[in-house]
Amino acid sequence: MSAWILLSIVVGCTVLGDVLSSFEMKRHGEVQEFHPRGLGRLLATLATKKFLILSVFFMAISFFAFIKLVETADLSFAVPASAATIVFETILARLILKESVDARRWWGVCLVALGVILLAE
Amino acid sequence: MPPARLQWKTRLFAAIVILSNTLGNFSIARGMRGLAVPADSALHMVRAIFAPWVALGIVLLILWLLTRMVLLSWADLSYVLPVTSLGYVANALMGHFFLGEHITLARWSGTLLIVAGTVLVGMGSHTRAVRRENP
Repeated sequence: MSAWILLSIVVGCTVLGDVLSSFEMKRHGEVQEFHPRGLGRLLATLATKKFLILSVFFMAISFFAFIKLVETADLSFAVPASAATIVFETILARLILKESVDARRWWGVCLVALGVILLAE
Repeated sequence: MPPARLQWKTRLFAAIVILSNTLGNFSIARGMRGLAVPADSALHMVRAIFAPWVALGIVLLILWLLTRMVLLSWADLSYVLPVTSLGYVANALMGHFFLGEHITLARWSGTLLIVAGTVLVGMGSHTRAVRRENP
């Protein structure tokens, strides 16, 4: 499979996984307990959240596509190129998660996008 | 939690997220390239994840996933992403110095543009390291 197809799968599935997990974790609220029993309870609670389960599913697909990608493609290409997720995720953070994204962040997103395009050279 | 303490906690978790991601990806790339049989089928793919370097990488990426999810419970995704994307550069450096990858000028430029974009997104937005309180 070509590097570009694998990269698209990595990027697409990461974006879906991240947006779903951020959505579900915020619905859960800030994590404040860090002792083992608290973390165990946290895991037990999170394991019942359907968006989080879906998120893990997408991350698993993304993961297998990624290890296949780095088997042949350079790490110095594969990892920075997956920064394309930032562009899509910032847009979705604004649209779906309703986070406020100011002009400076949008310029930053544009630079990241340009950087990813340069990696393709 | 007081904002100052939450910011400290945010930075600590961001650092763990970056380190575990960089070292995890490096281990996996190293392991995948050292496989006796290429991972061309589902069976070989499953076998690959038990190769020592790949397995170590997976453990580190599990740590990455968990710390990142915990961080996302109080920090904005649009803050977490740019800050932790410093790891993209660290990954490129690992590829260059430890995997012997040749990095072209275009690729370095692209990587540096990604850093610049990252800095621009994160600059002066520390208050947003903490999600705004619900009204």
